[in-house]
Amino acid sequence: MEELKLMKGNEALAEAAIRAGADAYFGYPITPQSEVIEYLMVQRPEKRTGMVVLQAESEVAAINMVYGAAGAGKKVMTSSSSPGISLKLEGISYIAGAELPCLIVNVMRGGPGLGTIQPSQADYFQAVKGGGHGDYRLIVLAPSTVQEMADFVDRGFELAFKYRTPVMILADGAIGQMMEKVYLPDPKPRLTDEEVIEKHGSWATTGRSGRKQNIITSLNLKSEVQEHHNQDLQAKYKEIEAHETDHEEIQCEDAEYLMVAFGTSARICQKVIQLGREKGLKLGLIRPITLWPYPTKAIEKYAGKVKGFMSVEMNAGQMVEDVRLAVNGKSPVVHFGRMGGMIATPGEVLNAVENHLKTL
Amino acid sequence: MTEEIIIAGFGGQGVLSMGKILAYSGIMQGQEVSWMPSYGPEMRGGTANVAVILSDDRINSPILHEFDTAIILNQQSMDKFESTVKPGGLLLYDPNGIIHPPTRKDINIAIIEGAKEASEMNNRKVFNMIVMGAYLKLHPIVKMENIHKGLEKSLPSRHHNMIPMNEDAIQVGMNKVKWQLNLN
Amino acid sequence: MIADVITPEEIIKTGTIVFKKTENINEGALSYCPGCGHGVVHRLIMEVVEEMGITADTIGVAPVGCSVLAYEFMNVDMQQAAHGRAPAVATGIKRVFPNKFVFTYQGDGDLAAIGTAETIHACNRGENIVIIFINNGIYGMTGGQMAPTTLEGMKSSTSPYGRDVHNAGYPLKITEMVAMLPGVCYATRQAVHKPTLVNKTKRAIQKAFENQRDNKGTSIVEVLSNCNSGWKMTPEQSNIWLEENMMTYFPLGDIKK
Repeated sequence: MEELKLMKGNEALAEAAIRAGADAYFGYPITPQSEVIEYLMVQRPEKRTGMVVLQAESEVAAINMVYGAAGAGKKVMTSSSSPGISLKLEGISYIAGAELPCLIVNVMRGGPGLGTIQPSQADYFQAVKGGGHGDYRLIVLAPSTVQEMADFVDRGFELAFKYRTPVMILADGAIGQMMEKVYLPDPKPRLTDEEVIEKHGSWATTGRSGRKQNIITSLNLKSEVQEHHNQDLQAKYKEIEAHETDHEEIQCEDAEYLMVAFGTSARICQKVIQLGREKGLKLGLIRPITLWPYPTKAIEKYAGKVKGFMSVEMNAGQMVEDVRLAVNGKSPVVHFGRMGGMIATPGEVLNAVENHLKTL
Repeated sequence: MTEEIIIAGFGGQGVLSMGKILAYSGIMQGQEVSWMPSYGPEMRGGTANVAVILSDDRINSPILHEFDTAIILNQQSMDKFESTVKPGGLLLYDPNGIIHPPTRKDINIAIIEGAKEASEMNNRKVFNMIVMGAYLKLHPIVKMENIHKGLEKSLPSRHHNMIPMNEDAIQVGMNKVKWQLNLN
Repeated sequence: MIADVITPEEIIKTGTIVFKKTENINEGALSYCPGCGHGVVHRLIMEVVEEMGITADTIGVAPVGCSVLAYEFMNVDMQQAAHGRAPAVATGIKRVFPNKFVFTYQGDGDLAAIGTAETIHACNRGENIVIIFINNGIYGMTGGQMAPTTLEGMKSSTSPYGRDVHNAGYPLKITEMVAMLPGVCYATRQAVHKPTLVNKTKRAIQKAFENQRDNKGTSIVEVLSNCNSGWKMTPEQSNIWLEENMMTYFPLGDIKK
């Protein structure tokens, strides 16, 4: 039976990891997501399910522990916040190159540099456009409720194993720190070692027994071979784009003006719709749930049909580029955002929308 | 029904836990809730605030620019949040440490001497429950039985023996709250 | 008197096998320079793994450096780690498969420069793994640059006038450093440029894997190796240079047992 709780986003995510049958979590404390490892440590998951929880010496070490355990076919994850994710990017690139399934959580804070510990969405580019080196993609899930913080853990693991690719949950400090009602999913049992060998023994380093040796590597010294590998990766990414793109449309049917926003910004925009409609402004919202693959077609559908678009983000204007690509000049597109850990209030956003509408 | 509340004061005054008890109580009566704290250095004694929403409908934004109610427990918070109360809304404050009392004329303003009452009860820890009692007297958004359940949920079971004491404090708050300005 | 010389044909005729390549070493040529010690250490590890009957349960971690392709030569399941991160990768594997035998194979740049933090913390946690550390005092793969273990005055492409300790610091005795950590159960320094030393190194590697079997904590086996290419010497000269210089600063023997 599903269980109803009042939890912080970070705690809901951690509890969901135990319930998803995760084998291991490797992490390093950083605000505003330290509750993830704190919650896990309190829960003694090694007793509850046998899940390993280890505080690594650095984010770098943590992501490489994830590499090792994922390469052994186990269900593993890490979490961090912006500066820590920058440190993990080398490992993330290797994981993508070696095609390992794992879950990486970024509870974003303001940057660049040490920045601030307050919420931000300034790592959009880093998450969806690369971040680490080389041609790779992450499947990026953007939760906008505490419920989704919990739900996206299992969903992320399923996608990671389906495509043998790293998946990122891109949240922000607000969703990590806020409490909401959450229905916790039913626990899934962890796979036994035998089941891991049966399911993933064809590629994972589970021990060379009755088969050829398995090698986990991202290295191909011959360019011809590396290009082949790149082509295979790209084919996989096309497959993901075709099948896994997800978004939500809120009051778009009769909307004359559309906002596009994810995560906390999408929550704020829902209030903006309410306030706008009270004033007679027919506003709607497209909320990307996957930031990569991006719901380009969903936005394209409204291009030229509404008066304008506004990409509302907690950054200087990052996702707006993808909105513009989707709209392709058929309607005016603007960005509205606050930076540095400041969160735009519904009133501010509505004001910006009204100002944009005046120019149209 | 939707009630949007900001509770603001010093870290250590029980601001966040008051919000948590209200949120849990809302859940106990089947409502949607959100609890959005400020976080960071204020956890260690600076200013702390939490926006709590209880609603019969799905909650859209946990982040707000105006509130039905502001519960204000220090001067910094008064400076920041007096202007965010919706016209006709409620501002409840503890005058202890307030140099510039609220001056708005378009909102209801109530006073609870929470710090004073708590020290008279010889228990500074129940300060936040006194304030919450004052609030619930003016806006009875949750039933006392649900507050009881909320306390049970939000306090670790080793502290459940302190629930009656907390409920007494809520009662004190209910009895001692007084109006500075009542528009109704 | 001249000793009787036994020809290979005569050995085959007697049917007595005096040496057989372990099946844990793959067919095909090693990528190492002729004269280099890496190949010997590969063989020793794989022999130990075969003799202990743990081939099916052994997972190795290759570094970045000359031995980046170690997984092509050692026929066990292996992972290739980012530069310096092998102990973290090994930690990840060992923690989710505690009954497997996990080892890292790392050079001095990988283990003692870029991966110092991972090395020290894996050792400090007493990760129940084996660390094989090849110390040849130079970055071989990238073309002979200075390593953390390059000796004072020793020339490399980034210390062309010899290592100046006032600028570049001192050669790092990292095995001695980690030996003092309670998580480390066994720390030793060996070499493979002479048959007797090869045998000793094999015993050390075996002891390290036995420690892992017995859950004793981290074992680190440092092996001094020549790098005749990087040192710009013939293999023979490099072996002599190793004895006269490397072994003075990095003495052989058990540091902790």
